[in-house]
Amino acid sequence: MREGFRQAMAWLHTWTGLIFGWLLFAIFLTGTMSYFKEEISHWSQPEIQRHALDPANSLALAQRYLQHNAGSASGWFIRLPSEREPAISVGWRTPEGGRRGFMRKDLDASSGEEVQARDSRGGEFFYRFHFQLEMPHPWGRWLSTLCAFIMFLGLITGIITHKKIFKEFFTFRPGKGQRSWLDGHNAIGVLVLPFHLMISYSSLVLFMYMVMPAGILASYGGETNRYFSDLFGRDLDVTPAGVVAPMVALPTLYAKALEQAPGAHLDTVQVQNPNDQNARVSFTRASSDDVAYRRSQTWSFDGVTGRLLSSGAPESGMMMTSFSFAGLHMGNFAGPWLRWLYFFFGLGGTAVIGTGLVMWLGKRQLKHAKRARMPAELRLVEVLNIASMSGLLLGVAAFFWSNRLLPLEMQGRGDMEVNAFLGVWALSLLHAVLRPGRRAWAEQLGLGALAFASLPLLNALTTGQGLNHSLAVGDWAMAGFDLTALAVGLFLGWTARKMLTSPTVAAKRAPRAVPPRRDSGAEVEAH
Amino acid sequence: MKPKATGLPLHYRLAVVSRCLAALLGGYVLASLTSVCLALLAPLPQVDAVLLGMMLSFVVYLLAFLWCFACRSAWQAWVGVLAPSLVLGVIDALAYWTNLP
Repeated sequence: MREGFRQAMAWLHTWTGLIFGWLLFAIFLTGTMSYFKEEISHWSQPEIQRHALDPANSLALAQRYLQHNAGSASGWFIRLPSEREPAISVGWRTPEGGRRGFMRKDLDASSGEEVQARDSRGGEFFYRFHFQLEMPHPWGRWLSTLCAFIMFLGLITGIITHKKIFKEFFTFRPGKGQRSWLDGHNAIGVLVLPFHLMISYSSLVLFMYMVMPAGILASYGGETNRYFSDLFGRDLDVTPAGVVAPMVALPTLYAKALEQAPGAHLDTVQVQNPNDQNARVSFTRASSDDVAYRRSQTWSFDGVTGRLLSSGAPESGMMMTSFSFAGLHMGNFAGPWLRWLYFFFGLGGTAVIGTGLVMWLGKRQLKHAKRARMPAELRLVEVLNIASMSGLLLGVAAFFWSNRLLPLEMQGRGDMEVNAFLGVWALSLLHAVLRPGRRAWAEQLGLGALAFASLPLLNALTTGQGLNHSLAVGDWAMAGFDLTALAVGLFLGWTARKMLTSPTVAAKRAPRAVPPRRDSGAEVEAH
Repeated sequence: MKPKATGLPLHYRLAVVSRCLAALLGGYVLASLTSVCLALLAPLPQVDAVLLGMMLSFVVYLLAFLWCFACRSAWQAWVGVLAPSLVLGVIDALAYWTNLP
């Protein structure tokens, strides 16, 4: 950090990248999986049947169910099925209130009966993990937001370090050990740069009210609730009149709401004070309809007379800016093609972090290539590299295997899947400690290859909804999961084979491929 | 350029720790005070000013980080984040007390 600006930035890039890289790899991988949250959930709960969409009918079924089971609740929440979510989701607040007073059920979209699906958190687990890290609130969110900031910092310092970044984008020298890793790291990093900048900055915007609250506190004093109602334009809660009154049929209101926004997908329905004189029903437009969250796209009705009471307040430019960042991050607006693009960009980000970690170690291993043992701190980095990358993949595979193999009636089944994920991840750390570096990589990647590539077969054997079935009936979410698992298995098999067949490429071949004088070139100094 | 495992003097290591703290904590204070300043003084509706302050604060945090590792000494790192923080702190305090009803 003494030799000038770019060297200082290279130093910062290298060391923040090392310290936060392991956690960032896990955040990026599980975050990337979250772009297919609903599809993963569909695979994890194959009992939920998919039906042709009929929102008005689904809404009538939801109202019938809630009327029977939660007639005295203080509020109802309904999420209608969509192309990606097959079930009707209903929730209600019991009169006792509080966190425990909230109930949630999934209903079949055509019969309206409760779905009896296996207990699994499905895609929701990976989604939650990528910003809560299975830590108690609010520490996981704080830590993951700090990681997002470090990623943002890593991008900027990376650009500064690698000055000729765009010119050298077309340089890729395969089969040259350390040099190929650097080329790959730079090529993916630049190709996906706009996505990376967006995804890391938008994570900060998503949680800025938590991590940078000084402005809210200074401007609103203790009344932070007022900030949120200003921002989201929430209606004030209406107190119940205490007079029982019959509710208008929700499908009628749905038709009226559609008149306000023709062609909209209205997927969220909230009812305040159901069966009361002061019942309020509000419809909110689906997040898949717009990039940004639109608070204006909400319509409130009197639940007894059916009169339109209000529509959401318009957004300011500043709000649209912040909501757009949030929307771009979550990608709810993306159709199938754009969603796959998001997925591959996310994998690109994961790969940039992974190649960076491998390079940090590879470059330092060169100096100790002739010694029998590498220094303890390098061995520590090696073990953590193995466990945080191939070990994490084994954990993910364990989650899906236990989803198919655990007994369906088991108590706390959903938690056991999570324990399998964490347990196998921890075991991979132990394995990496016990085995020499390259062997550990090869064994874990090889096991991962088997575990992922055989998931389609396991699915076919345990549920009868394997590829032969899902492709025939056009269940693309199920088939897409199986095919992706197969592709991941093949890719891991290829990397495992590389690890087995060309031993110590980094240690022995790279010195010849990268002469010492090149090491003084500015672009190598980052690593 | 980087601290090797052996042979780096203690004062160098302490200077690195000092720079890290200046960046992480000093940078956060500077970013927070910037967000307060914009929240209170930007000629915008209340919620918009707060949003603007929070969204820009991360850019300030980033620049503070870069400064703390780019400047010549650890002392400069601290001065670089604390001096503007002091100025912003005074402005924020004045704006806060005059805004109170």
